Amino acid sequence: MDKKITIYINSKEYKVSPNQTIMQAADHLGFHIPRLCYHPKLSIEGACRVCIVEVEGMRNFVASCAYPVSDGMKIHTNTQELRRARRDIVELLVDNHPMDCHTCERDGNCELQRLASSMGIRARHFVGQRKQYGRDLSGQAVIRDPDKCILCGRCVRMCSEIQQVHNLTQAHRGFDTVVMPAYNMPMAESVCTACGQCINVCPTAAFLEKNYTQELFEKLNDPNLIKVAQFAPSVRAAIGEAFGLEAGHNMEGQLVAALRKLGFNYVFDTQFSADLTIMEEATEFLERIQNKGKLPMITSCSSAWMKCMEQFYPDLIENISTCKSPMSMQSALAKTFFAQKIGVDPKKIFSVAAMCCTAKKYEAARPELDVEGMRATDIVVTTREIAWMIKSAGIDFLNIEPETQDHPIGMSSGAGVIFGTTGGVMEASIRTAYELYTGQTLVDIEVESIRGLKGIKEGKVVMDGQEIRVAVAHGLGNACKLLDVVRKDPGRYHFVEIMGCPGGCVGGGGQPYAGVNSIPLDEDALMKRAEALYSIDRAKTIRRSYDNPDIQKLYKEYLQRPGSPIAHKLLHTHYKQKFPQGIIPKEALK
Amino acid sequence: MGFQNTETKNSGNIHFGMRIERKATVPEVHYKITLCDGTSCIRKQSKQIHQILDQELRKRNLKEVVSVHLSGCLGMCAKGPILIINPGYVMYGNITEADIPEIVESHLVHDTPVARLMVEENHLYNRFFRIFGDVDFFGKQMRITLRNCGIIDPENIDDYLSVRGYEALAKVLTDMKPEQVVSEVKKSGLRGRGGAGFPTGMKWEFTAKQPAGEKYVICNADEGDPGAFMDRSAIEGDPHTVLEGMIIGGYAVGSSRGVVYIRAEYPLAIKRLEKAIAAAREHGFLGQNILGSNFSFDIEIRLGAGAFVCGEETALIHSIEGSRGMPRPRPPFPAVSGLFGRPTLINNVETWANIPVIILDGGEWFSGIGTQGSKGTKVFALAGKVRNTGLVEVPMGTTLREIVFDIGGGIPNGRKFKAVQTGGPSGGCLPEPYLDTPIDYESLAKAGSIMGSGGMIVIDEDSCMVNIARFFIEFTQSESCGKCAPCREGTRRMLEILTRITEGKGCPEDIDKLERLGAMIKKSSLCGLGQSAPNPILSTIKNFREEYEEHVNQKKCRAGVCAAMLSYTINDNCVGCGACKRACPVNAIDGTRKEKHHIDPNKCIKCGQCYSVCKFSAVAKA
Repeated sequence: MDKKITIYINSKEYKVSPNQTIMQAADHLGFHIPRLCYHPKLSIEGACRVCIVEVEGMRNFVASCAYPVSDGMKIHTNTQELRRARRDIVELLVDNHPMDCHTCERDGNCELQRLASSMGIRARHFVGQRKQYGRDLSGQAVIRDPDKCILCGRCVRMCSEIQQVHNLTQAHRGFDTVVMPAYNMPMAESVCTACGQCINVCPTAAFLEKNYTQELFEKLNDPNLIKVAQFAPSVRAAIGEAFGLEAGHNMEGQLVAALRKLGFNYVFDTQFSADLTIMEEATEFLERIQNKGKLPMITSCSSAWMKCMEQFYPDLIENISTCKSPMSMQSALAKTFFAQKIGVDPKKIFSVAAMCCTAKKYEAARPELDVEGMRATDIVVTTREIAWMIKSAGIDFLNIEPETQDHPIGMSSGAGVIFGTTGGVMEASIRTAYELYTGQTLVDIEVESIRGLKGIKEGKVVMDGQEIRVAVAHGLGNACKLLDVVRKDPGRYHFVEIMGCPGGCVGGGGQPYAGVNSIPLDEDALMKRAEALYSIDRAKTIRRSYDNPDIQKLYKEYLQRPGSPIAHKLLHTHYKQKFPQGIIPKEALK
Repeated sequence: MGFQNTETKNSGNIHFGMRIERKATVPEVHYKITLCDGTSCIRKQSKQIHQILDQELRKRNLKEVVSVHLSGCLGMCAKGPILIINPGYVMYGNITEADIPEIVESHLVHDTPVARLMVEENHLYNRFFRIFGDVDFFGKQMRITLRNCGIIDPENIDDYLSVRGYEALAKVLTDMKPEQVVSEVKKSGLRGRGGAGFPTGMKWEFTAKQPAGEKYVICNADEGDPGAFMDRSAIEGDPHTVLEGMIIGGYAVGSSRGVVYIRAEYPLAIKRLEKAIAAAREHGFLGQNILGSNFSFDIEIRLGAGAFVCGEETALIHSIEGSRGMPRPRPPFPAVSGLFGRPTLINNVETWANIPVIILDGGEWFSGIGTQGSKGTKVFALAGKVRNTGLVEVPMGTTLREIVFDIGGGIPNGRKFKAVQTGGPSGGCLPEPYLDTPIDYESLAKAGSIMGSGGMIVIDEDSCMVNIARFFIEFTQSESCGKCAPCREGTRRMLEILTRITEGKGCPEDIDKLERLGAMIKKSSLCGLGQSAPNPILSTIKNFREEYEEHVNQKKCRAGVCAAMLSYTINDNCVGCGACKRACPVNAIDGTRKEKHHIDPNKCIKCGQCYSVCKFSAVAKA
């Protein structure tokens, strides 16, 4: 234990631990110093100057997020001069911001709005020139609106420090500073992986998902279409937050009911195809093990990770599992197997996915995922969008009677559920692969070593005397670290799971915004969402994918067996190297 | 051991003398000509003058008996190009190519100096500048940083060696432990010359105390103040001094790598630095086992792209690292975590240039110069409405009045002094009552300005203080890095308000808003740029409030600078010559020949053409 030191906050004496910042000390003592650019997961920027405090003996105010406490320090957090300076700083930000709050997508959920209100800004003193750049609507998934940007730099740090994509940076100087991809390239041509983490950390609406809610309402009102929905595991674990619930509530039944009330004819579940993914992926993995195929095999469910791999790790393409993501498998089946089953023209099937992810919008538009000449997933909406639609349609989400998913592609095992959190795909795979390989049932099916929020996790299982070494990374930055190890030492692991977002899908770019007094991507909230999924898994009697009777039926009736030619046609794909602007082909460098 | 030189006062006790023995010897000559080769003189054709001089000497067969040397900046830029002939210490100023034949013929052939070209004479009492002749400009100066500028050939390491060059390094490596070097610097009382005035010795001590391992030494030569050229001239005139200081610093803190971060707009300084580094390596002052000791150190040059904010140390470090030049909050200070996260000793050019002298003559000697809290000398780039613009170095404690009126020669054209602005674009404007302020860090801060890196601009009654404030904030706001909100947004709003006032659209609350924003930006900004950006505004409001009020309330600019508030009229001096009528670009002037003309205020765009062409003082502006 560090020896405690004495500090004074607003003339009251406190004993605190040394080696922390003023803000950290104040937080523990119940003083919430206002803040904007600070984020606990990111480096200290010290840019917004909203968290300034007065320290006696210092000529100027200091940023409490950056300045360490020292013994005897006398801190004031709320003097008149400070209050006025803080208010003026926030007012300056507001004065260079479009005043279109009630038509803004983040109205009611905007940190700048909350901050301005808490500062008591009731008039504008410094109106003048305002930035006007216009929106970048080029991306399939992520929209950039620099007019709304207040240059806190959270997105830049998220993109470079956590995700290591380095797409966003500040350009130009002074008042003309603007966050943009290199050379002001449109997002669509940049190295953006569409992970949407910039949206998660943005305090305003400078980054947003491309919104499809109006289009979807239109389709839902089209009587000639068969509207088919699927939703990702972690949507159920997070959507409650959009309705004011604490993190970690499982809202599966309510969501199914709400989707039906919105007008969907069939509500399936991405967890079903997660089970299917396990069947295919485990089979592919065992094949690689038995036939000395390319190892380690790397998972392919995360769309942001796929884009990242195609541009930054093309040398690992052969290591990537050929399985489509569960969403794309589900959509493919909806337009083939399911259409056949109910005897309708597949063209009439309108396939919608509610995802925790923004990159899935990008994935859905990939032409190679088309099925029989049709786009497999017609519309992808995020957790935020579907929550808004439910509210907008006047559905009493919290008090609705829970319902269950439709057959034949809606039921799932516990293995399909845990796909939504980091380590889940690996754990689910092990459950099935073990049985397929050894012919015996794995008794201890919870693989603790690959659960939790550690950036890179390792584990191993012994199957028939053979040790299988696995690794799991979440967040593209951790993925890069892990893959650099894989590049150097390809024999180190047999199987690698990568999820593009911190925490896996539970921390996806499409999840509900942090509410009042909570932090985007708060670890606590991520853990609670994950725990919601783990408890669904625990409550299930069927916890292994191959035990799912609907999966068994599907193979019997339609797909024959995992890895069959028809399974390959519908459920597998291939990846190829991508050259977004700025990524120069090696040959061109010679 | 050692070497002899007839020109300079010192011939020191050279350690490792064998290695640094002078290679060339000076031939017997009758006359030695020194031609200033600083940037300002080059711009005024000194290169051509050099050529003509060469031709003339050749023509008269004087090449054998007259040697011509180039030197770095003398600082007396207003009088450039400067040419000094020795013996006799005769200094010629403002010479042209046409003057050369006369100088050669009269002075060199007939031994009669050309009086009309000589810089005016006066008594001299400064022991350092015997060599410059009886010139008042140098009288009150004391040159430590610039001690060799204008005297030695900056491109010739032998010249530097002849003035005790690298002797301090040799002393340090043989006789002193690193701690002793640090303590000598502490004893000197030297404070950072980059602007903030942090005690240099303490900075060295912090860096030296960090655990051993990779450490860096950086020379901040990213001089960005408009009109300032102290660092440029110091490097152009005497690059080895800076290098020697850095090597000593490296030894003191346990570093083996130095970086000079210099702006790319200084090609001559860069060239001379490169040459100096190469020569120092060749002579064993840089590289492995310097002068046979166990100490190894090398220096590389990094070019800055000309961002003002990169003069801020953490922004500079980011720039060297290849990132966007943006400051970061301190602590941690660079001494703990600097370049590539390693302990880094970063000092400004002028600070480094003081180090060899402090080592040779002792910290105690150095601390005898200056005032209680500010020791040594300070170099200023004197500019604006003053007779002798140029570079001056004075002991701390010299008053502003002495610089402006004695060294600077006062205000030209019979105009009245109005204010002096110190510290570059972020300094304050001090009026007449502050002229007796002694120059040191505390006094200037107390007066509402800063030492800064040494810009000094003299303002006369023809300047509008509101417009001056606007000019400076326009510079700082465009050079803001854009990171922190108060500086990025606040300085732009201040500029907008000032623009409004100078355009005659201001309202009384605007002055309050400027004060409110200024106080907030000063106390809340992330780095020194923002913290000092409001200084010109706050100091002009404090010292010249009536001018602001006139602009706002009466829509009047007493200096006649703010065009929107001006009106031009023609008075009874008019003889009806028609010059103004012809000059007017918008046909706003009417009148028959030989009769008084008239300006139509509705058409007039206040361009001032009529005012400049009138030979009869008949156009009045108010």
